[in-house]
This record gives sequence, C-alpha cells and structure tokens, in this order.
Amino acid sequence: MSIYLNKDSKIIVQGITGGMGAKHTNLMLQAGSNIVGGVNARKAGTTVELNGQELPVFGTVAEAMAATGADVSVAFVPPAFTKDACIEAIDAGIGLLVVITEGVPVQDTAEVWSYLQSAANTAGTRMIGPNCPGIITPGESLAGITPHTIAGTGPVGLVSKSGTLTYQMMYELKDFGFSTAIGIGGDPIVGTTHIDALAAFEADPDTKAIVMIGEIGGDAEERAAAYIKDHVTKPVVGYVAGFTAPEGKTMGHAGAIVSGSSGTAQAKKEALEAVGVKVGKTPSETAALMRAILQAL
Amino acid sequence: MEYQAKELFAKHGVATTLGEVVETAEAAKAAAEKIGGVTVIKAQVKAGGRGKAGGVKLAKTADEAFEHASNILGMEIKGLTVNRVLVTPATPPEEEYYFSFLLDRSNRQYLCIASVEGGVEIEEVAKTNPEAVRQIAIDPGTGVDEAKAREIATDAKFPEPVFEQAVTMIQALYQVFVEEDATLVEVNPLARLAGDKLEALDGKVSLDENASEVRHPEHEEFVIRDEQDPLEAKAKDKGLNYVKLDGQVGIIGNGAGLVMSTLDVVAYAGEAHGGVKPANFLDIGGGANAQVMADGLDVILNDPQVKSVFVNVFGGITACDEVASGIKGALEILGDSATKPLVVRLDGNNVEKGRQILDELNHPLVTQVDTMDGAADKAAELANA
Repeated sequence: MSIYLNKDSKIIVQGITGGMGAKHTNLMLQAGSNIVGGVNARKAGTTVELNGQELPVFGTVAEAMAATGADVSVAFVPPAFTKDACIEAIDAGIGLLVVITEGVPVQDTAEVWSYLQSAANTAGTRMIGPNCPGIITPGESLAGITPHTIAGTGPVGLVSKSGTLTYQMMYELKDFGFSTAIGIGGDPIVGTTHIDALAAFEADPDTKAIVMIGEIGGDAEERAAAYIKDHVTKPVVGYVAGFTAPEGKTMGHAGAIVSGSSGTAQAKKEALEAVGVKVGKTPSETAALMRAILQAL
Repeated sequence: MEYQAKELFAKHGVATTLGEVVETAEAAKAAAEKIGGVTVIKAQVKAGGRGKAGGVKLAKTADEAFEHASNILGMEIKGLTVNRVLVTPATPPEEEYYFSFLLDRSNRQYLCIASVEGGVEIEEVAKTNPEAVRQIAIDPGTGVDEAKAREIATDAKFPEPVFEQAVTMIQALYQVFVEEDATLVEVNPLARLAGDKLEALDGKVSLDENASEVRHPEHEEFVIRDEQDPLEAKAKDKGLNYVKLDGQVGIIGNGAGLVMSTLDVVAYAGEAHGGVKPANFLDIGGGANAQVMADGLDVILNDPQVKSVFVNVFGGITACDEVASGIKGALEILGDSATKPLVVRLDGNNVEKGRQILDELNHPLVTQVDTMDGAADKAAELANA
C-alpha cells in the first residue's frame, strides 16, 4: 500500500519532449513507473524513444487519457505555460497532477487552486506542487524527479516542502524504507499540503510512522500540528529548516521568507512539540528520533 | 519603495501625487521651489516607521526643504541608509483610511483588508477595535469587478462623499495587484483630502519575483543597484541564488531546503567554536558543474568576513562524482585566488567515486568529512582558528 501513487498508476508526461521532461521520463521508466505516453501539441502523432521504450506523443491530455487510460500526469512545462497545462489536465479529468516546474508566478497557482475548488473540477483532480520533486512509492512507481535508488519500500511515510531534504532523509533511513515519500513543494501556494499527506498516511495501513519536514514561511506547519493533535494516531517526527534565516529575505524557495514574527522555524518547532511531535535539530538527529521509534514498533 | 509604488499606482489610474525623487539636498530645494507652498520631505527606504525615525518632515519653505533633506539623506532607518528623498506637496488629510490587497497563502486565495478608522496606526486599530478592520476574501478565479468593489466599499463603510471614488480606486488597486503580479498592494494612508478628494498618500507594493522573471521584464527598473549588497549583486549577475549573512563560514549546497538546513547545522556547531556563524545562503541547484561551482566559490571567497567554506552536497539527481569534478575544476579555474580552507561533505549517488576524485586531488585546502554534522563542526573549527 501507499498513498496517491502505486504500481497500477498509468502516467503521462506533459512536456515529454523537452530537456527536463525527456531526462526525467527516462529516470521514471528506470524506477519502474508505468509511463504510457506524453503530451506536446506541436508533436502530436509522433513517438519518442526513452529507456528503450517507444512512447506515443499526443496533442492534448484528453487525447492521451482516451488512448491510454492514464490517471496521473507529471508536468515539466516552462513556468509561463504551467497554468494552462494545469487547467488542461483538470479539464481532461486527470486523477493526480504532479507539477514539477519551478518559478511559476504565484497568482497563476492561485488561479489554478481556485479552479481546482470550482465546479469545473468534476473529476476531483488532486494537484501536487508546483516547484516540487513529486512523489515516489518505492518499488512501485515514481511520478517526479526523486532518485529511485536512494531507498526501498518500508514503513515510513515522508512529507516534505524541500526536495534535497527529502533525499537526505530517505538516505538516512534507507535501511527502513518508505511507503511513499511526497515532496509538496516550497511555493507559497501548493496543491497538496502537509495536512493532506498526514491524513493519507494515517489512513494507509502500510505506513507505520511519519516524518514531516517543514521550512520557514507561512503557517502550514502550525496548521499541521493542530491537525496531528486531533487526527493522527501514528508516531510523527518533525524537522524544520531555517532557524538562522533573517527576516524579510527569501531563502531560495519563494515560500521561504520570514515576515515579522510569523513563519519562524522556532514557532513551527514549538507548535509541533506542543502536540507531542518530536522535532530534530538537524536532519541526522531527526533520523535518529525516527530510528528509535521504528525499533520500538 | 514609496515612490516606486506610487508610479505603479499612477500607471493603473489610482489617484496619487507622485512628487519628485531626489538624491541631494540641492535637488530637494529645487523640487520644493517648483512644487511651491508647503512640502513634505520623505526618506525612501524599504522599511516602515520612517516617520517615527525622523525620516519624514514638513517644509514650509524651499530652504527648510534643503535643511530637512540634508538631515534625512544619509541617516539610517532600521539599518538601511537613506539615499533618496521624495518631495511632495503637503496635503493634510481630513481623514485617514487603510486599504490593501494581498496574497493569503494560508487560505490559498487573495485577501482585501480595509478600514476607515486609523490609517497609519492600523496595527493598533486591529488590536483595540478589530471589527473596524474588515477582511474580505477574494477568489482569484473571479477577482474584483465593480460589484465586488461596491461590496468591499460597503463592508468597509466608506463615507458617502467619497464612496464612488472608493469603488473606482478599489478596482484600480486590484488592477495594480493582478497586472503587476503583486503579492501585496497597500495604501496607508488612503486619505480623504479637502474637498472630499480620495488619494493614495503613501503605499507599498511587493512584487512576485517569479512573475517578474516570466512576464515583467520592466520590473527590472525597480531594482536599485546601490541599495543592493555588492556580493548579492555579483551573484545575481551570475544567476546564483545567494543571500549575504553576517557570519564567518561560507556555505555552498544544492537545494534550498538542504542549504537552509546547512546554515542551521553550522550555527549549532559554531556554538562550540567561538560562536562562528554561517556567512551566506548559496544554492547552486542541480547542475553542480565546474563553472557554477567556481562562480559560487568566487562570490564566497570575495566576502572578507569568510574564514572557511563548507560545501554540502547531496547527490540526488546530480551524481557526487560530477560534483567532485566540479570542485576540482573550480579550484583549477580559481587558481591562487582560492585561499580559504574548504570542507566538503558529499553523500548520495556515486559517493565513493566522488570522494575518490577529491582524495586523488589531494588539494591542501580541501578536507573531506563524511557526515553533515561532522563537516559543519570542522568548518566551524577552521573558521575559528
């Protein structure tokens, strides 16, 4: 078991013919993902060969879904066109939309989120991202750019704002393995939140414990803490990056900015600890906390 | 800054008075003469509380404008040096209101905040009389049309004599918000002047950098070079994601989250080594080739405060041997200009090959440490030596 993504997921890639799209489709195939085709309006009807496989290119997401039965789309389209690509996938009724693209204007994401909440989202599409590494269910499927070689399958569920911290944590706990690891992205507005992932991991019988990685900016971690208090029974270990970040400076992720007294790492750590979540000071201390929990299970 | 916000207001038809931005007291005097009558001399820095800091003064004559401008130029407000003042006609407001549109990231929508009480002291009003500070949610899908603007103006209780002007201004401010891709458009105070004229007396606009990159090349003109840290400006020219901090350990890493985490780990380690701190944030992203690594090292080594450098890379998509080759190439490119010790921690994809490349290089400045915590400790120790 896993959350959102499994071996039966049929994946298409929006922007499969681009540099990033082709490179990572190749890696997704190596990870065992069932990639059934791609989308590029200008190259409809052609095929691309990746990892020794001939993949059809369709003009639209709707055509790709009709021809292949795809239920997941991974988008590698330039930021200027990301909003349109998302609307197209939602209109086509895709189940899961994973948006890898970095640098999407935040108002575009706000409009896409509004569209996802509207009556137009008849299929109930879930979006992960933008600006995220995507999602991996080790041994089954990868929809994104997380290296599949880091860790195998196991009892840990991982949700993180950051890509490289996801990789670091998977590496530290590779001897235990992961049910699913999901990178939700570091932008101010994202489609899937810590809370969404916590709810899904709580409901997933194969996830025994959860690692939650946050970073400065916004109040997502504080909200997640409140949610854990009322709804999560599985052990949760947390980590928050950005204790040394100064006020008013953006630390790489568009969402990672401390404004005034809100959004600080200290406030997030305290909120999590107040509901019984053990929070590590460093990634390795966090891994050690999780290790102790897993050994006691 | 205020004058830049006002330029954007004027561009989208928001009633405001631009005034003149000047950099010398002489020019302030000339501007005051041209404007005539009583003027206001306002410090232009990206910080609130300018009035309280003595950065806003009323000038009855052009000579007074000269005097105030000489005092304000060069003063420091919240650590920022004042290099420019704005000279505007003094228009004493009869009433002061507050108005803003902003990105509400918690609720993943936009928010309008409006109050006809207060103005400058809006935080105080929010505490003592929260009912007077109206918060109206805006759906990014439908935005603000005339009907929505009327709803906002009614909810905020804009008085009858300026009500229609408020409806017009709310729509114009929303145009500033969406057409300029802002994350904040704030008017404070929004003033009711003599003759029931509504005008944006002061304002602030925060722009979304992603959007500026994608579709607003014209926003480049708002970046004022002399207000930037020189190392940050140099890094930006090379396309590096760099933030200058106030410590001794230079940091290079891949991925925003990992680099933020590295800063924290170095700060903890520094507690045992004379309190040394991280000197910067620098994310070189996925492609850690020799040129990117050399550019990054070049910026960091030019920071006179830096005593040691910590290169912290997790090989995820990028393999560690590529990163190690990047470091090797960077040291060749930099040659004798590389003078400070480098602590390198590589982990992840192809780590053995990566470590082997650096072992074989056997460079006198490079020390390899296997773990992130251990490497941070070593870098802090070297910075305190």
